[in-house]
Amino acid sequence: MKAHLLYTQQDFNFASELPPNHEDLTQDLELSTLFESMAQGDKFLLEVSKRVVFASLKDPEVIIYRQHILADCIAYPKMAREIYDIAVMSAQGKRGLWGHTSSHFPSSILSGAVRELEMFVGLLKQLRGLADSFADKVHSEGFGTLFRSLQTDLDDDYFVVIDRHLKQLRFQDGVLMSSELNKDNSGINYVLRSPWDTKLSWKERIGIGSRSSYSFTIPPRDEAGANALSDLTSRGINIVANAAAQSADHIESYFSMLRSELGFYVGSLNLRDQLQVKGEPTCFPIPAAWNKPELTFSDLRDVSLALRSDNRIVGNEADARGKMLVIITGANSGGKSTFLRSVGMAQLMMQCGMFVAAESYRASVSNGIFTHFVREEDSSMRSGRLDEELSRMSVITDLLTSHSIVLFNESFAATNEREGSEIARQIVRALVDADIKVFFVTHQFDFAESFRGEQRRDFALFLRAERDADGRRNFKLVKREPLPTSYGEDLYKKVFLVSSNSS
Amino acid sequence: MTRPVRGLTLKGDVSFAKNLAVDQNGAVSSNNASGMGADTQLSTVSTFSEFGSLLFEVPTELEFVGNQEDQSLVSDLNLDLIVNAIAAGREEPDFLTRYLYHQLHDGHVMYYRQEIFRDLEDGILLEALEHFAQKIHQVRVHAEQIEKMQYRHQQEGWFLDEIAIYCEAVTSLAGHLGICNIRSKGLSSFREYLSKYVASAAFTSLDAETRNLEKALGAIKYSVRIKGLKVEVRRYDGELDYSFEIEKTFERFQQGSVKDYKVNFRGWPGMNHVGAQIVGLLARLFSDEFSALDDYCRRHAGFFDENIRRFDRELQFYIAYLEFIKPLRLAGLEFCYPEISEESKEIFAIDTFDLALANKLVSERATVILNEFHLEEAERVLVISGPNQGGKTTFARTFGQLHHFASIGCPVPGSAARLFLFDKIFTHFEREEDLANMSGKLENDLVRIRGVLEEATTNSIVIMNEIFTSTTLYDARFLGTKIMERVIDLDLLCVYVTFIDEIASLGKTIVSMKSTIIPENPAERTYKVVRGPADGLAYALAIAEKHNLTYERMRRRIAR
Repeated sequence: MKAHLLYTQQDFNFASELPPNHEDLTQDLELSTLFESMAQGDKFLLEVSKRVVFASLKDPEVIIYRQHILADCIAYPKMAREIYDIAVMSAQGKRGLWGHTSSHFPSSILSGAVRELEMFVGLLKQLRGLADSFADKVHSEGFGTLFRSLQTDLDDDYFVVIDRHLKQLRFQDGVLMSSELNKDNSGINYVLRSPWDTKLSWKERIGIGSRSSYSFTIPPRDEAGANALSDLTSRGINIVANAAAQSADHIESYFSMLRSELGFYVGSLNLRDQLQVKGEPTCFPIPAAWNKPELTFSDLRDVSLALRSDNRIVGNEADARGKMLVIITGANSGGKSTFLRSVGMAQLMMQCGMFVAAESYRASVSNGIFTHFVREEDSSMRSGRLDEELSRMSVITDLLTSHSIVLFNESFAATNEREGSEIARQIVRALVDADIKVFFVTHQFDFAESFRGEQRRDFALFLRAERDADGRRNFKLVKREPLPTSYGEDLYKKVFLVSSNSS
Repeated sequence: MTRPVRGLTLKGDVSFAKNLAVDQNGAVSSNNASGMGADTQLSTVSTFSEFGSLLFEVPTELEFVGNQEDQSLVSDLNLDLIVNAIAAGREEPDFLTRYLYHQLHDGHVMYYRQEIFRDLEDGILLEALEHFAQKIHQVRVHAEQIEKMQYRHQQEGWFLDEIAIYCEAVTSLAGHLGICNIRSKGLSSFREYLSKYVASAAFTSLDAETRNLEKALGAIKYSVRIKGLKVEVRRYDGELDYSFEIEKTFERFQQGSVKDYKVNFRGWPGMNHVGAQIVGLLARLFSDEFSALDDYCRRHAGFFDENIRRFDRELQFYIAYLEFIKPLRLAGLEFCYPEISEESKEIFAIDTFDLALANKLVSERATVILNEFHLEEAERVLVISGPNQGGKTTFARTFGQLHHFASIGCPVPGSAARLFLFDKIFTHFEREEDLANMSGKLENDLVRIRGVLEEATTNSIVIMNEIFTSTTLYDARFLGTKIMERVIDLDLLCVYVTFIDEIASLGKTIVSMKSTIIPENPAERTYKVVRGPADGLAYALAIAEKHNLTYERMRRRIAR
């Protein structure tokens, strides 16, 4: 029995490593806010959300598979949350049964396994109840399959058989085992033996011949002795206890997988609730194949900014169909970074099967999303900063494959413009020629300008952060080519003019 | 000399090893004060000649008072990285560390050790010695375990095993030493000692008795039946395996991999009184085997030979170093036995490298760049200049490391080398953390350098790396020149890493070397430092090249 709510035919691997660039993505795209909104304080949901979001899908069909399941969850949120709660109860129930999950005593492992199996049966019945109620209502393939398997695979006889076998394991007649001497003369190689096979020889029974057995009895108050005996017994039933406990584990892992996989959808429901409160639009994005790079969106929001901000934020729109390079220039604090983040985040959200915060969003499915943002804290050491940026770029390069997306924010500006531009130019050309889509926020005019006269027509899209006539920013980017100067000057004036005498 | 460090105390009536004591080298010897079993013990006082030392031709006890090594030398040359890597995970890291830091100033001792290292180049011999060392380690661990044990039968069983391991180790080593080609004085002398020891009547009978007893005890098989608080012990009578039957019953649940709930039981050293009672009953069921064991333990308490113990300890120095350089050699790097020059300062090293860096690079499967240097006639000073990240600091460290490891008698990085018998190595490296306090730093630097130049003799080695980088170019040139003049006056061996080109042409005892570039591709760093006039070069694009981020290289990297 499988949950299969994240893939049609396979489990989601929650144990797999997060992609090597996940820390960069989290920092650069400010994903913590997204994850916290999905988790709503639940550490488990936080972990699940991270793992599913970072494990980007590359197949549009799987994205659609998840979108349909999420659509069922949005239509019947109570159903989704109830199934999730049952799965949570299985984990809580297990903790309640076993004070300490990894016992050193096979006898308690054995009795614990029996109690655990009983508890799981109860929850499986509840689960089947929900399956019976909603099997006809859901539309998604994922929920359909899940409910059918609950209805057919859960046979009552299955557990009756287990009970019968467990009863045999109470060892009413004591435990018999064989042993050999270890190097320290303690027993080793304990093997549980069938007790009914032991028999006294006739000589012994009538009390003649040399003694072939000796015995002793632990005094009733010798607690340590009784413990030692149970330790010995434990050696005998060790393997048997293992078999029972593993069976319980198989059922538990089913619940655990259900909880994790459904957890992603519960997290998505949480996020959607938050965005709705803020009045932000959401829609299911349309995932397209890469063969012609697709990207069109309208009213796209930076989810993290929206969640943190008290005001309505400005959405962006763009039509970058066929563009391999998007260069964003313009005023400081003009919304360039926000734009970059919103594109990165929407792409990540689409590729995990979620909705996006936009009026509409259609994009090619990438092989990976990477960020290279300037890190302000690194600006202190001599020539170290450019070196650090390049070293990060080199790490990214090792991870890149064609059909990836790289988002640059003010990269390679830690040297003079001529050199910085040349470095950036070589890197970007190499990426684009390797069929990798590039978004680049830059102040370096020399760099931005050099892609304007490109032979391949419409190869690059230029966006610019604008300011209003009164000098204030409206945070909306427009399709405009780079200007030779940046707007650092007015920021400078604003910050430094007052105190210019002191410098 | 002999002082009790860990007297064994046993419960019960037998005190077969009660009087064991350990001398300060850790060798077990017997203390006959109580007189128990004294007449039957295998004496450690041999009738044949004692073995000396693997580390000194004339046995020398080093007196170590705290840490004597120069801490700035250790960290500037990354000696700590190397020494820690060598000593890490060894049984006596402190002992090894002391010897790895203790520079010798006597060419005879260096060659005495070099000879032993040369013998150990024979893989079969080394393997035999390593095997021996592992076994002797086990013997010691056993002795420690016995001390913690509470029950007689348990201690006795363990003691039997301890001696079995010891006999196997000693016999096997004697056999191997007999057939290996040994040239060094140190190992020949030990071989002679060991062959006599193994042939002695005391040892041969110990060995035979141990085997027989092991076989007898190993053959015992019994059954235990536990019901309530009653325990019954009998000889095993072929009853069926019940776990197997139950396992079959539960087989249908097995799918995928789940946690293993089998509890990992250990019988030692925590044998409890129930286990002890069971063995007590077994001693009655199998009385021949157990009384033989009692007797054996009484007679062999002081089995461990003191000379063998010391040999094993000192051997660690060689094994640890060879084990450390083994992966480097496997990666194609060469080590050589340097000639030690007592008079001439015409030194050289070919195909050499930084040991600490090589250790790191080889573990990452990266390439190690080889360098060389040679000083002829009046040449004394190597001035290193050139682009940053071009291997200048590494080169300076290599020079210092070579001399240090030659001085403790070890093979050093390189295909050939002649090195100087120095009296002391001085280092002065700029430290990153100093940059915060620049005004105080320059003065501090000068005070320290003055100290070095006052203490150094003509037989010293001075290594200075990128000093004065935080001051003005004018000051750096002025101060650097002044210091170099002092260095030239002292006629000592010196490596001087600097960004000031002029220093390299201050006199004819100076050899100018530089980190290099490839002419047709200036960004490609070679990490190779070669002789040649100084010329400063540093480009931002060169760094891009270093990271393989030019257009061409990126295309190749992503196309993979």
